[in-house]
Amino acid sequence: MRERLSPPAGSRIDRSRPVAFEFEGRAFTGYAGDTIASALAANGAWCLSRSFKLHRPRGSFGFAGDEAGALVQLESEPNVQADTRAVEPGLRVQAQNTVGGLERDQAALLGRFERFLPVGFYYKAFYKPRGVWNWWEKIIRRTAGLGRVDRSWTPEYFDKAYAHCDVAVIGGGAAGLAAAAACGDQGLDVLLIEREPELGGWLTYGRRKSADRTLDDLRRRVQALTSVRVMTSATCTGWYADNWLAVSQGNRLHKVRARAVIACTGGTSQPAVFRNNDLPGIVSAAAAQRLIRHYGVRPGLRAVVLTTGDEGYAAALDLAEHGTDVAAVVDCRPDPPAGPMASQAEARGHRILSGHTVREARRDSQRLQIGGVLVTRVTGPGACAADGEELDCDLLVVAAGVAPAGGLLAQAGAKFRPSGRGAVPRLESLPAHAYAAGVAAGASTVEEALAQGEQAGLAAAADLSGSAAAAPAIAARPAAAEPTVSWPVFPHPDGHEFVDLDEDVTVREIEDALAEGYEDIELLKRYSTVGMGPSQGRLSAIATAAVTAAAQDSTAAAVGATTNRPPSVPTRFGLFAGRGFQPVRHTPMQGWHVDAGAQMMTAGLWMRPAYYGPPEKRADAIADEVLAVRRAVGLIDVSTLGGFEIRGPDALEFLERAYTPSFRRLRVGRTRYALLTDEQGVVVDDGVAARQGPDHYYVTASTSGAEQLYPLLLWYQAQWQLDVDIADVTSAYGAINIAGPQARRVLEKLGIDIGLSPEACPYLAARTGKLAGVDVRLLRIGFVGELGYEIHPPASQSLGLWQALIDAGRDYGIRPFGVEAQRVLRLEKGHVIVTQDTDGLTHPHEVDLGWALGRRKPFFVGKRSIEILREKGLSRRLVGYAVPDRRAAVPDEGHLVVRDGEITGRVTSSAWSPVLDQAIGLAYVAPDQAEVGSVITIKAARGRLVEAEVVRLPFYDPENLRQAI
Amino acid sequence: MPLGLLKYGLRPRRSPERFLPPRPELKRAYDTVIIGGGGHGLAAAYYLAVDHGITDVAVLDKGYLGGGNTGRNTAIVRANYLTEDGVRFYAESLDLWRGLSGELDFNLQYTERGHLTLAHADSAIRTMRWRAEVNKHLGVDSELIFPDEIAKLAPGLDLSIDVRHPVLAALYHPPGATARHDAVVWAYAARAAAHGVELHSDTEVTGIQVESGRVTGVETSRGTISCNRVLQAVAGQSSLVAGMAGFRLPIHTVPLQACVSLPLKPWLDPIVVSGSLHVYIWQSARGEVVIGGATDPYGLYANRSSLEFAEGTLLPVLELFPFLANVKMLRQWAGMCDMTPDFSPVMGVTPVENLYIDAGWGTWGFKATPVCGKRMAELIATGRTPDLLQPFRLSRFAEFEQVGEKGAASVGH
Repeated sequence: MRERLSPPAGSRIDRSRPVAFEFEGRAFTGYAGDTIASALAANGAWCLSRSFKLHRPRGSFGFAGDEAGALVQLESEPNVQADTRAVEPGLRVQAQNTVGGLERDQAALLGRFERFLPVGFYYKAFYKPRGVWNWWEKIIRRTAGLGRVDRSWTPEYFDKAYAHCDVAVIGGGAAGLAAAAACGDQGLDVLLIEREPELGGWLTYGRRKSADRTLDDLRRRVQALTSVRVMTSATCTGWYADNWLAVSQGNRLHKVRARAVIACTGGTSQPAVFRNNDLPGIVSAAAAQRLIRHYGVRPGLRAVVLTTGDEGYAAALDLAEHGTDVAAVVDCRPDPPAGPMASQAEARGHRILSGHTVREARRDSQRLQIGGVLVTRVTGPGACAADGEELDCDLLVVAAGVAPAGGLLAQAGAKFRPSGRGAVPRLESLPAHAYAAGVAAGASTVEEALAQGEQAGLAAAADLSGSAAAAPAIAARPAAAEPTVSWPVFPHPDGHEFVDLDEDVTVREIEDALAEGYEDIELLKRYSTVGMGPSQGRLSAIATAAVTAAAQDSTAAAVGATTNRPPSVPTRFGLFAGRGFQPVRHTPMQGWHVDAGAQMMTAGLWMRPAYYGPPEKRADAIADEVLAVRRAVGLIDVSTLGGFEIRGPDALEFLERAYTPSFRRLRVGRTRYALLTDEQGVVVDDGVAARQGPDHYYVTASTSGAEQLYPLLLWYQAQWQLDVDIADVTSAYGAINIAGPQARRVLEKLGIDIGLSPEACPYLAARTGKLAGVDVRLLRIGFVGELGYEIHPPASQSLGLWQALIDAGRDYGIRPFGVEAQRVLRLEKGHVIVTQDTDGLTHPHEVDLGWALGRRKPFFVGKRSIEILREKGLSRRLVGYAVPDRRAAVPDEGHLVVRDGEITGRVTSSAWSPVLDQAIGLAYVAPDQAEVGSVITIKAARGRLVEAEVVRLPFYDPENLRQAI
Repeated sequence: MPLGLLKYGLRPRRSPERFLPPRPELKRAYDTVIIGGGGHGLAAAYYLAVDHGITDVAVLDKGYLGGGNTGRNTAIVRANYLTEDGVRFYAESLDLWRGLSGELDFNLQYTERGHLTLAHADSAIRTMRWRAEVNKHLGVDSELIFPDEIAKLAPGLDLSIDVRHPVLAALYHPPGATARHDAVVWAYAARAAAHGVELHSDTEVTGIQVESGRVTGVETSRGTISCNRVLQAVAGQSSLVAGMAGFRLPIHTVPLQACVSLPLKPWLDPIVVSGSLHVYIWQSARGEVVIGGATDPYGLYANRSSLEFAEGTLLPVLELFPFLANVKMLRQWAGMCDMTPDFSPVMGVTPVENLYIDAGWGTWGFKATPVCGKRMAELIATGRTPDLLQPFRLSRFAEFEQVGEKGAASVGH
């Protein structure tokens, strides 16, 4: 490890805690508090990656976590910002986008072919002859892309938290601290969000007077306010509608609702554009100062400083004071105004070359970094002399200006507009309850930032108190701070002046794209890819606007800017996803089913037993369950059925409108089939309505439909405004269907105070009473075609009752049965399952449910449509079919019914019927195929044609003798 | 290295040729005005010129070319629909897509990646088998496949059975493809313009002039134009533009959002869709992972992104691919979807004579760009509705003859 600078330089590192890590397989040591990039820089290693397109060596320019050049690979994480990620013991870091390592990247050969890869080259080639692109695409994909994912990696724990506050202040620099303090003084609840590990922003690394107490005073003032909560290492990644903020901190996403937001997001140091401006070792003035003050790293031995303002002189003074030899300060301005730093630099005898620029940078002969610069005279806007002075250096510090970090503000609806010769965006307007201060709002000095922060804080406080119509605090940028030179863009005949380092886009490529007609800034971006990379234009938008304005002989304001979108910095998927709550609904009998060996299947959010037994015995288990129901008695858990209590004087009227049948003549203690259609007459759900009392109905709904049905019923009620109450009691009740010839005996053995004789409790009766001492609702209905009772006990007592039924039924051969057996049983009985045997356009007449329509009712939802559809005549019908050939393939659900090569329908339900000992099913067919006895052709697996005969429904017990006993 | 690039690189340095023309002055009259400079409108303009010799055409757009849904969709092309009408229509589109880079002499980066729609419930398997059978019957390559085959196509996809929504099967559609959506816009625009079509960006239509039931002109932010025929192709704004001509559409408009990750080296070849988890994912030629989900739950005419989208969409992505938790989202955005009751588009004539409509494209408009442009051009040129478009006529809603695509169109786009 090289020697670090002595304190106070290196405020963030703990020199007592060395941290050993690896980069590209080599061992390095940094200190706790270092970032990966600062620890590497301390060892003289600037190059971190290879560029996206040309595989040029790259490092960090800003050391602020913005650029693709600083993205590195960790074992468990691709695309990590090396310049903000803390270094950890044992960390193994790899450079990205290399073939064979950073030093000897074989893909760098691509750079040699650059002249063959003009802007948008992939639109101009690789597509002839037809189909060849599919081959090229794989190669291009392999060369593109940055980090790698490890498919075997298991994610860590992520979670979320909510926070609320009066005022959220984003950014804890000078302006943010002042704003938070001002709001805190007013007694407001403030959340101060700072992305770095400590508060202070520029004040922690910028050049201040040695006795300056500003930062300490501000921190102390904020810490004294109990109503100000401070979050550090917390990044606001999104500012969504209504001041809804996403703030990531470690593996936690904080979702913050703020009444007002003050954005003090600072600025982004901008690169200058000249040949080879991408070499590692070219850094912003702020980056050099961060390395010195935060990490105690001497950024170079011999530096050149390129500047367009006073900031460069400050950096030069800092460098000189910390042991770096400053070869020259190159100032693009022909007659630099005498700024305080410039005057000091001059006084100390620094060599100052005003009216000059760096025309090109030169690579060091040994290392992947800068080795020198060619400094020449500026001859006009964007032009400089070809000849000048060569200066050797291992560091070039660039102070080309700072752009407001306005991404979050723009997301929230603030408007920026490029202004002045430098094309720097300036804040023009703010949405309601949003404020801005500091560099983001145009401040150029600490004093200005502090004043703006204070002012924004007071404005937000006034806004929230409602005491005054607070004017948005937009500071007028003082004329003195306007750049006095054009943006430093110096095209070079040999190119490699990168406007966008992320995407390897040069000046010429922008000019060529414009010449090709991609003149709108959005088209320019999409074609040239400028601004599409990881930094999303934060370091390229101004230069792009400047180049475009120059090429079009226009102004940056007229060129405009592309849209800012969340997130403000790349944000891990895991933070958005969080812990991943995936609700699962279990019936009260879930544990029993699992213990009994049931194979569980999902049904919406619910889990249901498919059948009981091992998967290898699936078919036998289903057949046994079917036969048990037909011959003895079976028990199925139907707790997943929806249940709604519909009560009130208008309960009947509500049912009459929402459901298709008429319930007017339904007596208390009776049930009726309840079919539901939508406005287009399409079948959407079915269930059973039981009249529990004069103004009280209990209505069931299908397992899959219940969840959508409840809001639908509420929506109807919201429109109809009837005197009725609708309650979803799905989870309040369990439901058990006991079916089979022995069902009545099992109930009687168990003890029931409801008379079960066919006279006392006939088919379709609804009763309440006690079964085994449990209060139950008993519906005598059957889906499976046997004597059956649907028992609805309170959920809390359902498991006990289930067990009691199993015990009581043992002597009668009782068996639990699952969804699969139920499907066979109901199919034998010819009952349709809504959504399986119906689709998005099925109306009742197509599935022979015309009998369930209350035709004399003045209205029900869907009535008009159903009548029109009936008038039009049916285009298809659902029929039952049987396959006479017992050796033929059993069709699958979804197989087509075909005739003369045309599709006339499809199979919706199919099963081997253990009772009939043949393949049966339901299928849509053309109306002229629907007659009983018609022969239809089904295109089964592998295109095999199977003949089937249309038969009368139901297949089983057509006289309904068995369920009426 | 392809010859084209070789030639380009070896010739002396000069400015490239202009590809997209500059915006001309707006004339007072055109034969045909196309409202909407997205893929559909530009494709219609191109085929009007090339197939029918109609070149007195102005394409108007309120912003930049392709700035609406063409530039916002996630660029998936497929034909594995459910209805015969739908499958036939999109199958023709696939045919056109395959030859389109050659025809337009521009690499649209049409890449056949294969398209997997995952089934997490037996009801989904049923619908997918139905789709596969209809597809195969009509000559479209689709197959129901099971986890062992899925694992080969999408390594890394979590196929364990003890997760909340295990993958039980998938509908595999090998011709499923993606294209570079912006390139489609530029190529159609440039080639149409080469035939004389005028492209007017930043030209907002503010009114449609109708006299005795017949369209006679449009009012724009740059003045009024008279014309014989108008095509509206303004996905996301269809009801508003139809309203200017005085008729209503059975459409409600909702935002649809999507996002991309930072670029990664290739790890996923096919497009993977899960209808029940409401998410789809593929990896672009740049290496970005492109992710989309269900439409927003409420109607809105706004392109703002929401946090809820990011949360609700990335959760199921990590269910399918848990190792993506540390992959970073680069950018999220939104477009507007015109949803119809049957999840099928509206193409054809309108109650206003000589005003044609191309709308109702919900979440599935991009893939239809060539076929829709070609057939709408045919309709405009001949006045006769092509058979392929007949099922999608606007009057079908009043006639109860919908094209039910809900099962195949709702997610996966």
